[in-house]
Amino acid sequence: MRSLLASCLLVAGQVALASGVVHEYQLDNGLKLIVKEDHRAPVVVSQVWYKVGSSYEHDGITGVSHVLEHMMFKGTDDHPPGEFSRIISENGGSENAFTSGDYTAYFQQLETSRLPISFELEADRMRKLHLQDEEFRKEINVVMEERRLRTDDKPTAQTYEQFNAVAFTSSSVRIPTIGWMNDLENMQLADLQHWYERWYAPNNAIVVVVGDVEPEAVLKLAKKYFGPLKPEVIVPPKPRIEPPQKGRRDITVQAPAEVPYTLMGYKVPVLATAEERWEPYALEVLANILDGGDSARLTSELVRGSQIATSAGAGYDLYDRQAGLFLLDGTPAGTHTIPDLQAALFEQIQRLKDGPVTDEELSRVKSGVVASAVYELDSTFYQGMKIGQLEAVGLDWRLADEYVERINAVTAEQVQAVANKYLLEETLTVAELDPLPMETGRQMRADSNGGGDVH
Amino acid sequence: MFTRIAMTACSVSAASLSLWLAVVPAVSAMPVIQHWVTDNGARVYFAAAPELPMVDINITFAAGSVRDDGHAGLADMTSTLLDMGAAGLSADEIASRVESLGAELSTGSARDMAWIKLRSLSDAGHLQPALKLLADVINRPDFNKADFERERERTLVSIRHSEQSPATVAQYTFFRLAYGDHPYATRPGGTLESISALQLDQLKAFYKRYYVARNAVFSIVGDLDRKAAEQLAEQVIGQLPAGKRAPAVAPVPVLTAAVEQRVYHPSTQTHVLVGAPGMHRGDPDYFTLYVGNHVLGGGGLVSRLNEEVRENRGLSYSVSSYFSPMEQDGPFLVSLQTRNDQVDDAIGIMRETLQDYVEKGPTEKELVDSKKNITGGFPLRIASNSDILDYLNVIGFYDLPLDYLEAFNGKVMAVTRAQIIDAFQRRVDPETMVTVIVGGED
Repeated sequence: MRSLLASCLLVAGQVALASGVVHEYQLDNGLKLIVKEDHRAPVVVSQVWYKVGSSYEHDGITGVSHVLEHMMFKGTDDHPPGEFSRIISENGGSENAFTSGDYTAYFQQLETSRLPISFELEADRMRKLHLQDEEFRKEINVVMEERRLRTDDKPTAQTYEQFNAVAFTSSSVRIPTIGWMNDLENMQLADLQHWYERWYAPNNAIVVVVGDVEPEAVLKLAKKYFGPLKPEVIVPPKPRIEPPQKGRRDITVQAPAEVPYTLMGYKVPVLATAEERWEPYALEVLANILDGGDSARLTSELVRGSQIATSAGAGYDLYDRQAGLFLLDGTPAGTHTIPDLQAALFEQIQRLKDGPVTDEELSRVKSGVVASAVYELDSTFYQGMKIGQLEAVGLDWRLADEYVERINAVTAEQVQAVANKYLLEETLTVAELDPLPMETGRQMRADSNGGGDVH
Repeated sequence: MFTRIAMTACSVSAASLSLWLAVVPAVSAMPVIQHWVTDNGARVYFAAAPELPMVDINITFAAGSVRDDGHAGLADMTSTLLDMGAAGLSADEIASRVESLGAELSTGSARDMAWIKLRSLSDAGHLQPALKLLADVINRPDFNKADFERERERTLVSIRHSEQSPATVAQYTFFRLAYGDHPYATRPGGTLESISALQLDQLKAFYKRYYVARNAVFSIVGDLDRKAAEQLAEQVIGQLPAGKRAPAVAPVPVLTAAVEQRVYHPSTQTHVLVGAPGMHRGDPDYFTLYVGNHVLGGGGLVSRLNEEVRENRGLSYSVSSYFSPMEQDGPFLVSLQTRNDQVDDAIGIMRETLQDYVEKGPTEKELVDSKKNITGGFPLRIASNSDILDYLNVIGFYDLPLDYLEAFNGKVMAVTRAQIIDAFQRRVDPETMVTVIVGGED
């Protein structure tokens, strides 16, 4: 591997931006390195993104990407379990990892001079993870606790999970990132080993570095630590495109809860799947017209105006890998019911179809986007997130810089057009959380009063 | 905003972080904090940050729930109503004007304090109208009856919503038991009964008493110079009556006996909190307890509690301990959640770990490692404008020395094992703690 230094390819040169210079490189083994300079403070964030997440999974092994993320802290051939975190900690670092449908990412935030430590450890666990059964047995329990914490004991999260699994039939978007409990209970170390070998390789990874660094020096470091790693034959996931939905779907989730809740979603394209590039940006503007702040329609008209809702929201992710949903949700106020709230939300959608949004609304959304682009620069972590998210789903990081321009180009007619084209009842899924009694006044069993004793 | 439930972070909250004095050019990165008092008595803290064309402002009043005076939720509702109508502008008009400028305006409150925050682009065309709106909200809130009734209704729903969360139920149960008759005991957001009983006149009186210049700390970070910062503070708060600073919060009584409460909740996990009133801002033991706790349960993925409960036994996703210093002793809390049928085991491990640590303290190596983490990660603490804004506010509100940040690493490095053992034995008594256990049956 001696020749890597000389043969490293500068893929895309340097792109100067008002916000900071971004440099993109690719090593011979396929690893992509993107460096963004931010010299405001002597700190650096280093993120390693793998193109794998729950949308790459199939039934029976759901949650495997996320469990593997946990096991990535459990030792390599060269480092025992826990040492990764100890070394980062001793070096003043903060670290963590996260898994989504489309990616698994690991990050450290450090004082700048400690960057080599991050690279050395990340390169080590990219190819030399040592999956051990004893560690796995404990960690799978931790993940199940995480599932209970995040989903099973949160009525709205349960509702979302059920809703998403009903909205999609074939597309792997339906898989919950945390995994179904039964799949976690039956997960095997071999499932993880297989998943690791299949996806963890330099040619399936993007390293993003943002901070007080010199790009050429970072490249040199990357070559030193990641350069020697062997690439893998990566077989991209099959498309698993969702068949057309032929009519509205409704589900009810009954769970102990105090407050009712509704969630609805229309099938919509994302940037990676859209026929017309402007459409996802028009949907993004539409989401902001409904829920881009306290002056947006849902809060202004449903929470403060008619007071049908105590809260109401809309959401859309244009950067997902596969086509997804345009979401609406809310909680009814006072004596209003879920059907009242749903009717009010549908009325909002109908209005967007019937007429153009006002110039004032459009201008408010655009002002917010322009200002946010400045505010985001206050966080090196977030700057890295934006680059990594795009690259991990196969989009170009430059799209992040185009965002403001693209949003500014959206017209009121385009917003109306995407509303009419995509917000259709036949692609709609509607969920209702129907609260069951909580029985919180219930007495605990008598023998549990001893509390702190170990039995 | 709609939040998607897709991302699942691996470990615990990204705790603290940091580095070696020798290596870090920490001084060059240290914000220069300037401080002055306006003519009407508001304390201003300012740090210039010319790198980005934006300004962050935080105006904090000693107007938290500790001032509720038996009407739980009064401070919180007062804070909520500020931007719901001011100077004759409706909530819609305020929101629409703020957002048309690309600015972000928010209000919030906690036990000690209530605050108003503004983030704006720094050019005059954006900043000046945003400041005018901020001044309206602070100086001329309307407290309209209709807005009050609507926000009361929303608050009632949010209180009921919070009952769905075993973690939240555990928190307020803990505060009730650990703080007894002290005003820290109550729920800052109020209860169904207390919110239903609130009167609009009470909010107006609360505002008049506590939203005054002498009771305010005004923090500014951004792309402006000292002169502009002085003008800015004057423009926003210069017209506010001087008033009186709120009296000091009463000291918190020490617990004398252990209390344990189990609360039924229809959840698959049981949430456990063990703790007691701990320490306050400016506490003489502050750095000793802070560093000591870092070893015990404050170091994120690397701590005694995490090692024993999560790494060695897989009992919990998130286990930690922390001191939450307030004007008077805020809580020291150890927390975990675990499957209902193994809660007694988990509590046992938690108690043993705590007991052992209080008796023996950290090993020399643990202490050195924690110091390396805290001091080595110092640059991360002040890397962004919003980080610095938070520090200015804490320094100002709690009357901490202006060199707090410069002195930080030195104070951490000076802590010894013996000091930690001594401080924990004086301040953390496992025999007189409150234990709250919220969850379902097996």
